[in-house]
Amino acid sequence: MSKVRDDVAQVLKAHLFDGMTLAVGGFGLSGNPTDLIEIVRDSGVRGLTVVSNNMGIDGVGLGMLLENNQVTKVLASYVGENKMFMEQYISGALEVEFVPQGTLAERLRAGGAGIPAFYTATGVGTIIAEGKPVEVFDGREYILERAIIADVALVHAHTADVSGNLVFRRTARNFNPNVATAGRVTFAEAEHIVELGGIDPDAVHLPGVYVHHVSQYSGREKPIEQRTVRAREGA
Amino acid sequence: MAWTRDEMAALAAAELRDGDYVNLGIGMPTLVANNLPAGVNVVLQSENGILGMGPFPYEGDEDPDLINAGKQTVTLLPGASIFDSATSFAMIRGGKMAAAVLGAMQVSGAGDLANWQIPGKLVKGMGGAMDLVAGTDRVIVMTEHVAKDGSHKIVEECTLPLTGKGVVQRIITDLCIFDVVDGGLVLRRLAPGHTVDEIETKTGTGFRVELDSVQESTQEEVQA
Repeated sequence: MSKVRDDVAQVLKAHLFDGMTLAVGGFGLSGNPTDLIEIVRDSGVRGLTVVSNNMGIDGVGLGMLLENNQVTKVLASYVGENKMFMEQYISGALEVEFVPQGTLAERLRAGGAGIPAFYTATGVGTIIAEGKPVEVFDGREYILERAIIADVALVHAHTADVSGNLVFRRTARNFNPNVATAGRVTFAEAEHIVELGGIDPDAVHLPGVYVHHVSQYSGREKPIEQRTVRAREGA
Repeated sequence: MAWTRDEMAALAAAELRDGDYVNLGIGMPTLVANNLPAGVNVVLQSENGILGMGPFPYEGDEDPDLINAGKQTVTLLPGASIFDSATSFAMIRGGKMAAAVLGAMQVSGAGDLANWQIPGKLVKGMGGAMDLVAGTDRVIVMTEHVAKDGSHKIVEECTLPLTGKGVVQRIITDLCIFDVVDGGLVLRRLAPGHTVDEIETKTGTGFRVELDSVQESTQEEVQA
């Protein structure tokens, strides 16, 4: 059975509702499911809780949803690149839960793996630990962190087969596999879609069991946030 | 004469060993990679999912799918590997990094680090810093000794929200090197021309003086 959706906008919109939790892959502007985010923007759904390492930049990636005032709560580790985010946060329009990056990744992983909570030393002695149960193991303090399960997860892949097996490319992988596992329903946009057998089983990064809907990426140019280069020798 | 940023980076790099896996923070810590002693090659980790990170790409070779944790375009060295964020922080939390080098807004004499927000003013988030300092045995802070406005950055108690409590082992500033030993600072080295009296004035907490018996030059060649 193929999971490829030619009408992905309609299918995704049918899964969106006000007040829902959305988990979104990407790190900075790398590996963002831009086409899918655009469908969420166009749907007009509101009151979103967004779980994502970053919130894009102004008007790009998840910045599109901020600009459209569709987000009321964010779980993220770093938001330094987004002025609109900062304004909405400081004015109190946006609730933010800062989550250490590794804790965020593990909360998503745990959510997809049926583990309701886990202990970590990350954040012990900081404001992150406030209100969280503490346990001592082998003489060291750890805090209890809860798993995250999202109503819908959105990810970007390099290659998908029609059954939803995914391959990511370079650091566009980042949070995408973890986010995909944490969705009750997971949508993957892919730059290339191949038939069954088109991906070597040993090369699959994320098995298709985690992916419910696959769509063809529009092919729009992928943005670079910080273009850093070195001079060619002898140039 | 205060140490330059490259000299500070060389001081941090001097304790790294060939083959170490190391995570370098954004900004000044990045310079450590360019100042390694002769014969020492380390494997750079970038917490967005790289081991074996290489230098910036040649102009025209930038790849939007290949960035470091500072969102800068980078390259991969032969032998590099790529992995997802949960795997990346599993190796960090699991103590597989030999060292982490980070910047600071404030560091306390007890090794508490604050480097992720100034309430009401600057709210960027901690990124991976809390995981790095909690999971790595050797945490080195590189920072200007005092803030631009002259206020202390090395303090009795951090007033800014903490990144980690009692997590810093060594502080390298443009003026000196402190180690954190048993919850207090020990002055190990002075930049050429600087005095203990001056460091006392520019440091917001007390410290012991146990200077290493090393040459004042930071340019000494380390023979492999």
